[in-house]
Amino acid sequence: MTPDAANSPVATDALVRLDSVHKIYQMGITQVHALAGVSLALARGSFWAIMGPSGSGKSTMLNLLGCLDRPTRGRYLLDGQDISALSDDDLSEIRLRRFGFIFQSFNLIPQLTVQENIELPLYYLGWDAAAGAARARELAEMVALGDRLHHRPTELSGGEQQRVAIARSLANTPDILLVDEPTGNLDTATGEQIMELLAQLNAEGRTILMVTHEQNIAAYATHRLHMIDGKIDRMEGDL
Amino acid sequence: MRHLRAIRNVQLGIKTLILHKLRSLLTVLGVVFGVGSVIAMLSIGEGASHEAMQQLEKLGNKNILLMAAKPTEDESATVQEGFVSVYGLLYEDDVRIRQSIPSVVRTVPVKEIRKNGRLGERSLELRIVGTTPEWFGLVQRNVLAGRVLNQRDFDQHSAVCVLTEHGARRLLATGHTVGQAVRIGEHHYEVIGIVQSEQVVGSIRTPDLNVDAYIPISVARERYGDIIIHSAVGSFLRERVELHQILVQVDTVENVEPTAQAIEALLKRFHKRQDYRINVPLALLRQTEATKRRFNIVLGSIAGISLLVGGIGIMNIMLASVTERTREIGIRRAIGAKRRQIVMQFLIETVVLTTVGGLIGIGIGVMIPWAITHFAGMPTVVPLYSIILSMGISVSVGIIFGLYPAIRAARLDPITALRHE
Repeated sequence: MTPDAANSPVATDALVRLDSVHKIYQMGITQVHALAGVSLALARGSFWAIMGPSGSGKSTMLNLLGCLDRPTRGRYLLDGQDISALSDDDLSEIRLRRFGFIFQSFNLIPQLTVQENIELPLYYLGWDAAAGAARARELAEMVALGDRLHHRPTELSGGEQQRVAIARSLANTPDILLVDEPTGNLDTATGEQIMELLAQLNAEGRTILMVTHEQNIAAYATHRLHMIDGKIDRMEGDL
Repeated sequence: MRHLRAIRNVQLGIKTLILHKLRSLLTVLGVVFGVGSVIAMLSIGEGASHEAMQQLEKLGNKNILLMAAKPTEDESATVQEGFVSVYGLLYEDDVRIRQSIPSVVRTVPVKEIRKNGRLGERSLELRIVGTTPEWFGLVQRNVLAGRVLNQRDFDQHSAVCVLTEHGARRLLATGHTVGQAVRIGEHHYEVIGIVQSEQVVGSIRTPDLNVDAYIPISVARERYGDIIIHSAVGSFLRERVELHQILVQVDTVENVEPTAQAIEALLKRFHKRQDYRINVPLALLRQTEATKRRFNIVLGSIAGISLLVGGIGIMNIMLASVTERTREIGIRRAIGAKRRQIVMQFLIETVVLTTVGGLIGIGIGVMIPWAITHFAGMPTVVPLYSIILSMGISVSVGIIFGLYPAIRAARLDPITALRHE
């Protein structure tokens, strides 16, 4: 798929599609065009690295793709469903069922144990406690933290915390993982482990959209999307 | 499913609060003291009024007093049957009231005659009170010597009398009182007992205000009949009065007023004239209750202010907690929590907090009156309603003052909240 093909409105099996999306923030009296007409189509099962200098709009793009925000103008089709005009509750529901989030600063809730953090999406999905606990254990095993279930995040190393976050992001079996600078707070070796884990998840068929500014991290992705000034500069990757 | 979730929400709330034990305790201190003081003050108030009620009960707040009254509106009409004025309560009235009104526990008929009592040299005008032994059951009077009238005296028409202390002193002086014979009018009576003179409390008076001799009503009726001759200046005034008083005891305080109305309706059918009065000692009771109500209003205001202050304290801390936990809120929102769920989370936390505070407050509020009774000897009663009320108030304070912080939390923009340091 060439960048042109990706931008083409007729791309069929796109999981995520943006049609000339604008995002404008009002900062005092000035307007900031965080996204200035972005169109793209991302295929199911792909692993995209969204790159660009700070202020290029890559974080805004991730928030928008993750339904944390709505476009000011333009259309966002998620699996064919237009979510540009959905209510706050509907967006919450979509995040709950379709997305998993992984952040640079892990964003675990410090008062909760590893198990409780992993269970959190299941709690909002209405799972009963026993089923939630079982699923959390299973996920913790998967990220090799089966023996840390009752620890608090502060008792874990950065890499372990990020693995908890990955386990949590997978709890609801999401369609898409949204990843924001996953290795930004980790040393190189740990960062590589995390990236290998993500690559493995992608190999298992999960769609991943990752924001990063590091080339070597972006190298784990199958596709790369470069942004400058709220616009797509170029796209790389074969398919 | 739904209630399981509610339980988990509450568990989560409790957990969060336990994480900040000291802060939670300090936060809720206002509610603790508010609730504690409400219960303590209500208990003291209730204790005081309970004591007053008991005193009233001793005086007979369950009693209704029927008294013969000479009709004043038509003096001449009463003069009939050969210059005998006929009025007052009837023996039949006593029977009717006792038999036809279910809330009446017992009735005590009273017949009064004024006669000179005499013992040796000493003489004194006495009020003879012909009554049944039940009189002593109804009107609390300490027995100082001997015994009071009993059913046998009544049945056997015994010529015995019980004197009030006051009368006994003047008539009998220092001699052996019980067992002596005293002459009243033309008749002799054996003194079988001495009872304490009545202390007049408030406006309630029982028949033996000063110098009384209690005799069985059967004897009184036999010896003195129903016609009383008053010798006034230059003329005789003859009256026919069967009963001067009927004391009616009602089963419960609540029934006193309805019973009084029932008695009035009953008597109206048999008395063409208003030749009796109905006195309800409950009037004093009403006054006590009014005082209590006023006390409760003052108390309620104080409690209201202290709970308001407590509530504002809680709101303040919860707002701080929302700010402190902005990031957590952002995480929960990103994961998919709806605004409503964030509101519920914080609201439940606040309500759990105030409920726990309320429980501690109840504990304190129950201990204070206990200590007051124990050390100061003041009577206190912890009313059940005060505990239920306090619980209700605690929960309400949580909801009212927790709602705004909770809404603030839910309104946070997830993206900004996630970036919050």
